[in-house]
Amino acid sequence: MSLRVHVEKKLGPAGAGFALDAEFTSQGRITALFGRSGAGKSTLVDSIAGLLRPDRGAISLDGVTLFDSAAGIDLPAHRRRIGYVFQEGRLFPHLSVRRNLLYGRRFTAKPDRWGQLDEIVALLGIGALLGRRPAGLSGGEKQRVAIGRALLSSPRILLMDEPLAALDRERKADILPYIEQLRDHMRVPIVYVSHAVDEVSRLADTVVLLEDGKVAALGPVNDVLGASAEFIAEGAEAGIVVSAGIARHDQANGITHLAHAAGDLSVPLVALPIGEPVRLRIRARDVALAVGDPGRVSIRNRLAGTVVAITEGSPPSVAVRLDIAGDPLIASVTRDAVRDLDLKIGSTVTALIKSAAFDPLSLGKESVDSQG
Amino acid sequence: MLDALTPAEWEAIRLSLRIAGFAVVASLPLAIAIAFLLARGRFPGRTLVDGLVHMPLVMPPVVTGYLLLLLFGRRGPIGEFLEETFGIVLAFRWTGAALASAIMGFPLMVRAIRLSIETIDGRLEAAASTLGANRIAVFTTITLPLMLPGILAGMVLSFARALGEFGATITFVGNIPGLTQTIPTAIYTYTQVPGGEIGALRLTAIALVMALAALIASDALARRVSRRMLGQ
Repeated sequence: MSLRVHVEKKLGPAGAGFALDAEFTSQGRITALFGRSGAGKSTLVDSIAGLLRPDRGAISLDGVTLFDSAAGIDLPAHRRRIGYVFQEGRLFPHLSVRRNLLYGRRFTAKPDRWGQLDEIVALLGIGALLGRRPAGLSGGEKQRVAIGRALLSSPRILLMDEPLAALDRERKADILPYIEQLRDHMRVPIVYVSHAVDEVSRLADTVVLLEDGKVAALGPVNDVLGASAEFIAEGAEAGIVVSAGIARHDQANGITHLAHAAGDLSVPLVALPIGEPVRLRIRARDVALAVGDPGRVSIRNRLAGTVVAITEGSPPSVAVRLDIAGDPLIASVTRDAVRDLDLKIGSTVTALIKSAAFDPLSLGKESVDSQG
Repeated sequence: MLDALTPAEWEAIRLSLRIAGFAVVASLPLAIAIAFLLARGRFPGRTLVDGLVHMPLVMPPVVTGYLLLLLFGRRGPIGEFLEETFGIVLAFRWTGAALASAIMGFPLMVRAIRLSIETIDGRLEAAASTLGANRIAVFTTITLPLMLPGILAGMVLSFARALGEFGATITFVGNIPGLTQTIPTAIYTYTQVPGGEIGALRLTAIALVMALAALIASDALARRVSRRMLGQ
């Protein structure tokens, strides 16, 4: 998928200028548009979908021009074939769930159709809801139906604008596995807009970081989220996504053991089968460093690594980037600690991570390439 | 009691129903269009259109009837044109009564429909367009069904108004038994003749029953629609 966006839009009665300049090509199945509120995420997706008309600029998707103010092209939303999952669902209240799902189907030419009702209903687990009306559904159910409805219109890409933002933590945890299913079993590229780092690190392959209407960083999830000292300085939750396999479950103690080349990780119990590859996010501020034997401490997770970079953040924090058996890891420690431990590039250290620090919401299935 | 009705009374009831039904059905498409324009349109002269629609509500009905007579009478500019071109005569016919009723009920119908349009969440229509629906499809599959409660309310209000129409009707089409005499004008006639009290009472009872039936029917319909919209 290749999306080029270069637009200008004045917003609000004051006409405050807002320029958006974004261009990204993504091979990944989920590209996250990540940034604080007000960074231009919603303006960007609404412009792509054709719901908002930029004042100037151009938008193209896979070489097809959707909008070009200079050439006078403005493809209407209904002809763009871009699926859109809104934050608040927007199901049609007067139609049953089944008719909501099938709404977009009749507008799609037969050769362009993909995805069967049965298949998508099974994927999203909404079979029992088909005869019901949207008013009777829970927030999580509504969002799953909204995803199914967008998919069944056979879009070229699927835009998801903060689809979980209106849900509480438990509902979020219910839906995330369905979005993983979507990522792994549907062939539609997804642009996932979010300001929640846990969702982005759990789902995305590629991350586009938007700041003040500009692309501040673009790349694989670890390169962007794990990033820079500035990021830590700004208080955003820097962290790294690490892949590991499920080794065993310890039901009695509520712990799942994950196998990683640099050492075992124990995390709160995960409901996935043994052997399943998972990804989990380790926040820089949850990682402590020790040189030599840390002695008797309560922390169970000890990963052996080598220091590859030390970056000054805003005082007192320093980002220490490690290599743990080939994977990156970042520890946020104080400048004093770096001096006391005499950390240098090449130092051998042990990274210590508390099991309780892992956020179960950010731990999910690793994306698998089932489509080849 | 029903077999006690005279043929003229039966005719008045039949005419009343026919005039009111025709007035409602014929004015509905225009009412929907005007309501949509007023609720969504941003054009110069919007206030003027809004004012014109509401005129019959604030003018004395006799004035409306007289204006209709001036315009649609056989010598009036529109009336003459209609008669010469299409052979349609409105003055002193039941069709003229329907026109008078439609105009008197029009503001009520437009208001109810317009209110229902204003409560529709425009984001639902945007969602439909991302699913591939063009403007016409969005209107017929999303906007119109969501307007249904307002359309029903508007139809009932206009129907009730038409059944009770007196001033404009009697001025424009007169009070000719079997031709333009409706329930209200028949009651009026009864009250003008000695010994007409019984007939007036009979028709009053009929009018009451019809008004009640309309209210109950509209209530049941509205409940059914809202259940469909909000229920499971």
